[in-house]
Amino acid sequence: MISLNGLSKSYAGVSALQDVHLEAYSGEIFGILGPDGAGKTTLFRILATLLLPDSGSGRIDGLDLVRDYRAIRRRIGYMPGKFSLYQDLTVGENLEFFARVFGVTVAERYDWIKDIYAQLAPFRARRAGALSGGMKQKLALSCALIHQPKILLLDEPGTGVDPVSRQEFWDVLLRLKATGMTILVSTPNMDEAAKCDRIALLQRGRILALAAPDALTTAYPLPLYAVRAEDMYPLIRDLRGFGPTARCYAFGAYAHLALQTPTPESAIRHFLESKGHRQVEVFPIPATIEDTFIHLMEQSA
Amino acid sequence: MSPIIARDLTKTFGAFTAVDRLNLEVRQGEIFGFLGANGAGKTTALRMLTGLLKPSAGTAEVAGIDVSRHPNRVKQRIGYMSQKFSLYEDLTVRENIRLYGGIYGLKPAEIRVKTEQVLRELELTDLQNALARALPLGWKQKLAFSTAMLHDPAIVFLDEPTSGVDPLARRQFWELIYAAAGRGVTLMVTTHYMEEAEYCARVSIMADGRIAALDTPARLKARFGVGTMDEIFRAIRNA
Repeated sequence: MISLNGLSKSYAGVSALQDVHLEAYSGEIFGILGPDGAGKTTLFRILATLLLPDSGSGRIDGLDLVRDYRAIRRRIGYMPGKFSLYQDLTVGENLEFFARVFGVTVAERYDWIKDIYAQLAPFRARRAGALSGGMKQKLALSCALIHQPKILLLDEPGTGVDPVSRQEFWDVLLRLKATGMTILVSTPNMDEAAKCDRIALLQRGRILALAAPDALTTAYPLPLYAVRAEDMYPLIRDLRGFGPTARCYAFGAYAHLALQTPTPESAIRHFLESKGHRQVEVFPIPATIEDTFIHLMEQSA
Repeated sequence: MSPIIARDLTKTFGAFTAVDRLNLEVRQGEIFGFLGANGAGKTTALRMLTGLLKPSAGTAEVAGIDVSRHPNRVKQRIGYMSQKFSLYEDLTVRENIRLYGGIYGLKPAEIRVKTEQVLRELELTDLQNALARALPLGWKQKLAFSTAMLHDPAIVFLDEPTSGVDPLARRQFWELIYAAAGRGVTLMVTTHYMEEAEYCARVSIMADGRIAALDTPARLKARFGVGTMDEIFRAIRNA
């Protein structure tokens, strides 16, 4: 497990993390959500013992983050946000390299990674730099797992990866979780956030909220509607000029309209028809993680 | 005439066919979503359409120019924002705009006007002397988009412009895309976010170098009998 107690870090006077407390348990997928620059990567680098915190303390698998860094490194698997394998080595050579660094062999650990590595087997002789995004991600995970870590740190593994590859990747994470691994994963993708057991929303180095995804969305405080009409972009602009509107953003085929005060659907419909919108559809909806994320971000801005 | 036309556009690398007889036509002022799994051939197709890669067979006309015969003329008429960050991290915001203005052949007076305009529109005036590297990703992408538009191209290609960008910044970026389309600019956009596919007038989905489906999001969903673009993407990928 991971336990952080008041972790802070700043760079040249600019605060990157402020008083971060969290606990992630064995058999849990814990998500770190936040915009670029929120401090996600700093947090992962501290957990990977690549960076020292300025203050606060942390334990990984019971070991002290600063004092026991050598022992921690054998217990964690770290997949950085930027593709960090050797681009000029082949798929097989990269895996071999990481196995040797940890003093194990691919053969003795093959069962452990075969789930994910089997999908890469046809590309064994290809250079890592020539793989597609989804394949790079799978290779990076294989290399991070080869020494059978108890804790897995994944910094934005889904960025630039297509939805089907992302789904396959998460299927593997769920199987790893079932073995009792602690998995900490950061992501800007809310569909991935919804798959975590618990998530922390990070902004400007602070945790804004920490709970199970369902608990976060249930706590969404505003009346929320899905709205659609023939021309979506003008619709969104008009809805932003509607008196009771708190905010309005596009969500796929619909716009999500959050209101400051409860307003009947008919009033929204009349307002839009008076603006010349046609085929107007309005209905109340529960908040998604993405609605909640935007709400908390704008509120704390 | 349509601003982007591909007819049997093909690219082979040795025995591997990356793009296999691509046919499409993008209309003026349209936001066209160019979707597909990693490795399906999207980037190769975009590189041919932007004059960066010579087709093995077939033809493409962009802004009425044959991309095989006049790749450099195509480049002058289009904007292109790649999935990799396309600003110079060691230059300031203002210097990046000036550099791209120069590359696109703008006169110094035009560059000055454009610089002020971009800084104002993106609300970056206070950060004009900050290094590009210091900007949050969402702002970098907005700035990269604006620099790709400095020479007022009629056609813009955006390759995964919102990859890794948070939900709020992603929506702000799409509002720039909508505003450009409203001015009559034609945009071809790739994305891995299926909800963004819904923001496009029409989308194509590539698989194994070919276009597996091409239509408006509403008609595609009706034809596949599903509620979301995500389900269509999965159906095509698993076919």
